[in-house]
Amino acid sequence: MSAEVNAPVKQAAPKEALFSKKNRKALFDPLDDNNPISVQVLGICSALAVTVQVKPAIIMALGVMLVTAFSNLIVASIRDRIPGRIRIIVQLVVVATLVTLVDQVLKAYMYDVSKKLSVFVGLIITNCIVMGRLEAYAMSQKPWPSFLDGIGNGLGYGAILVFVSMIREIFGSGTLLGFKVVPQFLYDMGYVNNGLMMLPPAALFIIGCFIWWQRSRNPKLINVS
Amino acid sequence: MKALRNLLDKVQPNFEKGGKLEKFHAAYNAIETFLFVPNHTTHGGVHIRDAVDLKRTMFTVIIALLPTLVFGIWNIGYQHYLAFGIESSHAENLLFGLIKIAPLLIVSYGAGLGVEILFAQMRGHAVNEGYLVTGMLIPLTLPVTTPLWMVALASIFCVVLGKEVFGGTGMNFMNPALLARAFLFFAFPAYLSGEVWVDLTPEAGRALVDGYSGATSLAVVDANFTATPSPWDMFMGFEKGSIGETSTLMALIGAAYLIYTGVGSWRIILSVFLGGYLMGLFMNVLAPADAPTHIMHAPAYYHLIMGGFAFGAVYMATDPVSAAQTETGKWIYGFLIGAFTVTLRVFNPAYPEGMMLSILFFNVFAPLIDHFVVQRNINKRLKRALQ
Repeated sequence: MSAEVNAPVKQAAPKEALFSKKNRKALFDPLDDNNPISVQVLGICSALAVTVQVKPAIIMALGVMLVTAFSNLIVASIRDRIPGRIRIIVQLVVVATLVTLVDQVLKAYMYDVSKKLSVFVGLIITNCIVMGRLEAYAMSQKPWPSFLDGIGNGLGYGAILVFVSMIREIFGSGTLLGFKVVPQFLYDMGYVNNGLMMLPPAALFIIGCFIWWQRSRNPKLINVS
Repeated sequence: MKALRNLLDKVQPNFEKGGKLEKFHAAYNAIETFLFVPNHTTHGGVHIRDAVDLKRTMFTVIIALLPTLVFGIWNIGYQHYLAFGIESSHAENLLFGLIKIAPLLIVSYGAGLGVEILFAQMRGHAVNEGYLVTGMLIPLTLPVTTPLWMVALASIFCVVLGKEVFGGTGMNFMNPALLARAFLFFAFPAYLSGEVWVDLTPEAGRALVDGYSGATSLAVVDANFTATPSPWDMFMGFEKGSIGETSTLMALIGAAYLIYTGVGSWRIILSVFLGGYLMGLFMNVLAPADAPTHIMHAPAYYHLIMGGFAFGAVYMATDPVSAAQTETGKWIYGFLIGAFTVTLRVFNPAYPEGMMLSILFFNVFAPLIDHFVVQRNINKRLKRALQ
C-alpha cells in the first residue's frame, strides 16, 4: 500500500497537510465506520461471486482499489470541466478505460486468476462502489483527498472480501490460499467440508453476520439504517 | 413435585436482583417456567391472560408429534433388521430405534437450548419455549445416520440465523426446523440424499440381503413409479426415509389432535393436501404417452403419501408464526405449497423432496399473500361504502 500512497505525493501541491485530519478520515473511514460493503451496502454482487477462494478475492480487491483510486483521481482533477448533464458518460469512459487496463494486465500476467475471475473483472465498471464514490465524493472534492478516498474504499471492500473468502475457503474446501489448513485427523474423525460455503448464499450469511457484529460494536452505526 | 418446588424456592434468592448468581437469572427462569406454571399476572390496564400460553401451545404440538416419533423409532429398527433379513419383534425394533434416535434428540435439544439460553442471558429476556418443538422437529426431518456434530451445527444455525437474528420466537419469517434441514441439505448433500436412510450397523454374522437398495420411494418414483412400495406401505410408513416423515397415518393422527385443540389450522392442512392432489391430477393430464412408468403417470394420491408430504403439511406448514395469518391467505398459502411440492418432485430430480423447499419458499411469500388478502378486503369495503 505504501508504494501507492507515496507515488502521488510528488504530484500533489498541498496547501493543507498531506495527511490532515480530513484526509485521514477519507482514507480510514471506509475501513470501518463507512465501509462500502457493510455500511454503504455497495458492491455486494461481486462480494458474493468471487469469494469462494482467497486468491481471486485478493486480486479482485486490488483491481477494485486501483480502479476506484485512479478514477477518483482523474475525475476529481477534471471535475470542473465536466458538463453536468453528461457527467455519467464521462465518468464511465474513465472507469472503463481503467478496467480494461486491469483486465489486460491480468490476462497478460495472471491468466489462471483472470479466468477464475472471468466476467467479474469487466464488471468492475458496474461495481456500485466505483460510481458511488465518483458521484458522492470525487465530483466535489480535490484530487488528493479523492485519491485517498478511493484507496480507502478499495481497502474497505478488500478487507471484507478477504475476510469472507478466508471463512469460505477454510470451511468450504479446507484450504487457505491453496494450502491445506484443516488437519487430516479431523477428516478421519468424520469432519466434512461444508458444501454450503461453496455457494454464493454463504457469503450473504457471512456478510450479514459481519454487519450484525459491526453494528453491535460500533456505536456510530446504531442509527444508520 | 413438592420437593422440586421447595428446592427452586430455596435457590431463588440467589438469582434475584443483587443475588450472587444474578447473571444467570434467565437460565433459572427458563428452568422454573419449564417445570411449573408461571404465576405471572397482568398489570397496568385491561388485559386478559388466557390459560393457553406459549408453553401449553408448544406442548400440544409435542403431544401431536408423539405418534410420529414412536412410529419413527419403530421404523428405524424395522428397516435395519429388514436390511439384514432378520426377524425381529416390535420391542427389538423400538429398542434399536431408541438407541439410534435418542442421541440425535439430546444433541438437538442441547445445542439449540444452549444457544437460546446464551442469547436470553445476553439480551436479558426470558428464554422462550419455542425451541421445544423445533428441537423435536429437527431430528425427525433427518436421516437416522446424520452425524451428531451436523445436528448440533444445524440446530445452532437455525436458532441464531433463523430466529434470534430477527428477535427470537415469534419473529422468525421461516420455519426454523426446516431451515436447519435446508442448511444440512445444502452444506452436506452427501449425508442427506442417496442411500443414507437406513442404519446399516453390521450385525454379527449377517450380510445385507440380496438386492438390497437404500433408495427412498421418492428416488425410485422418478424413473418408474411402479417400483415404489405398495400404496398401503407408503401410507402406513413401512418405507425408508427421514425418521419422522414415513408414516402418513401417524401424521394424520397428529393432525387430528392439532385441529381438535385448535393449535394447527385445518385450512392449511387441508389446502396443502388439496393443492398436491390437484397438481398430481394435472400432471396425469400432461403425462407423456410413450413412457408409461414416468412419474407423471403416478396416481395423484401417491404424492400425498410419499416422502414427507404429510409430515410437512401437518407439522411444518401450520407453524403459526411463519404461515399466512388471514383465513383466505391460509387457503392460498397451503394450496400453493402442495402444488409447488408436486411440481418440484416431478420436474426437478435434483431435489426429490420438494416439501422442504416449497414450505420455505411460501414462508417467504406468506406476508405478501396476507397483504393482498387484506388489501382486497379494504378495496371491497371501500367500494361498498362509496356506492
